[in-house]
Amino acid sequence: MATRIDVSGLTAYYGKFRAVSDIHFSIEPKSVTAFIGPSGCGKSTVLRTLNRMHEVLPAARVEGRVLLDGEDLYGPGVDPVNVRRAVGMVFQRPNPFPTMSIYDNVVAGLKLNGTRKKSLLDERAEESLRGANLWEEVKDRLGRPGAGLSGGQQQRLCIARAIAVEPQVLLMDEPCSALDPISTLAIEDLITKLKSSYTIVIVTHNMQQAARVSDTTAFFTLDRTGDPGRLVEMDRTEKIFSNPTEKRTEEYITGRFG
Amino acid sequence: MSSEPDGPRKGSPGNDAAVATAEPTNSSDGARARPMDALFKNLTRSAGLGLLALIAAIAAFLVLEATDALSANTGNFLTTTEWFPNGSPPVFGVAALLFGTLLTAVIAMAIAVPVAVGIALFITVYAPRRFAAPLAFVVDLLAAVPSVIFGLWGLIVLVPRMEGVQKFLTDYFGWIPLFATDNSVVGRSIFVASVVLAIMILPIVAALSREVFLQVPIAHREAALALGATRWEMIRTAVLPYGRPGVISASMLGLGRAMGETIAVALVLPASFGISWQILSPAGNTIAANVANGFAEANSVGRGALIASGLVLFVVTMIVNMIARAIIARRREFSGAAA
Repeated sequence: MATRIDVSGLTAYYGKFRAVSDIHFSIEPKSVTAFIGPSGCGKSTVLRTLNRMHEVLPAARVEGRVLLDGEDLYGPGVDPVNVRRAVGMVFQRPNPFPTMSIYDNVVAGLKLNGTRKKSLLDERAEESLRGANLWEEVKDRLGRPGAGLSGGQQQRLCIARAIAVEPQVLLMDEPCSALDPISTLAIEDLITKLKSSYTIVIVTHNMQQAARVSDTTAFFTLDRTGDPGRLVEMDRTEKIFSNPTEKRTEEYITGRFG
Repeated sequence: MSSEPDGPRKGSPGNDAAVATAEPTNSSDGARARPMDALFKNLTRSAGLGLLALIAAIAAFLVLEATDALSANTGNFLTTTEWFPNGSPPVFGVAALLFGTLLTAVIAMAIAVPVAVGIALFITVYAPRRFAAPLAFVVDLLAAVPSVIFGLWGLIVLVPRMEGVQKFLTDYFGWIPLFATDNSVVGRSIFVASVVLAIMILPIVAALSREVFLQVPIAHREAALALGATRWEMIRTAVLPYGRPGVISASMLGLGRAMGETIAVALVLPASFGISWQILSPAGNTIAANVANGFAEANSVGRGALIASGLVLFVVTMIVNMIARAIIARRREFSGAAA
């Protein structure tokens, strides 16, 4: 299931603006990797290049290579639709489809893939909701609107929706930034649990969170506003937070800048 | 702002005069309305009540004016298809007119709404940005043009060219009862009137639908894409369901225009009174077109009869709108508005 990711020479643009420049890194299967760095450093942009969601924005484009188990996501003839089915994503703000019930939200991706069999959908819905630690809370009201849940529940619903299609990689773009501390804890527990099945990449502004959930941490920064973001250092999370190689990383994690 | 307490401001002499003129609202919590709030509340309230009063007054006027003619009528107003209100004795009924009104409006909607939704989707989802902005501008501009202009264009340019289309439909699809014809096909038919109506309502429905689709949060569109939806699947999962209530409302506005349209239809249809499903035959009439055709020559009973038919149009429009509201309300908690 889980997959390794190798990124080389990655540069992403919004129109003429170069958002990140010449990024290289590798991510091990079944690990949690945290992207940290100041606002505007391009960590979310890099995340969105990993499932070709970057190019959804107008005039956005990508150069370089992103290998998923050796296959270039940006190779000729690769359909971004298939990439996104293999690499799931959870967004900053919980975004369940407001017109759908809890159940329909979870199976939305399966239905897109052409699964129609009711018994199979039911089975996957329960599995995914259990996987997202939400089943017990919603099992009696699967037909109710997904938008009626609390923010933390909505975010777990979105995680259930993302894992229902059994992706190889799960990307999370600041998944807890709109949540209260208790919901945040629930999501962090969930990330630790999901690690056994998925390769997870999480963008976070919260350095304690990065320290708590991730195995590897990548620190991005930019020299000045308007300059492209760069990857400064990527290493085991313990090392980044105790004894980083780069001075800029140390300054950032100790709160002296950014 | 922050220095002002939100509660009662008994101790501030500078405000006393102003506060005293405002009527107290929620006496239970002891708070007093601020004068501008109270003023604005009363302004909006009278605007709302005024509208209701206006509708009631129109209904009352229609009923009053129609009563004499209806009591002089020797036919059944609702089921008679003839229209001789100026004869003696007067015989008239709204059946054929109502049938023509609903049929033309429904066919016009069937043509216009899918095209309008397509235009709106193209502008909001498919078109590259440098085309989308000017296209949207053009559609908005067209929506602001009085629909009679499109009707005139339809009459002058389209109707003469519709004969071939109609011949084709009846020759090859005549086995469908709707497209069968007993008479020879000429330009003037329910079908041509519906096409002209469709052209008239297309810009307004397209412009409103575009606004609706623009409201779909990017987050929902991205959620669908990130699940591996193609562009069309993204539209089906995120855009259309979210925009559904708005598109229904836009269609209702278009339907209202189509049902109330007078001159264009009066110029196309031969003003015959009969009920026929053969939409390609030269026949048919609508309530609004009949008023436009007949009002000038009508005597007092004839005038009353036309007003009575207007009352029917009024009621039908209300019923259609209520049905639309009910459809929207049925799925309210899934509309995204409740969240």
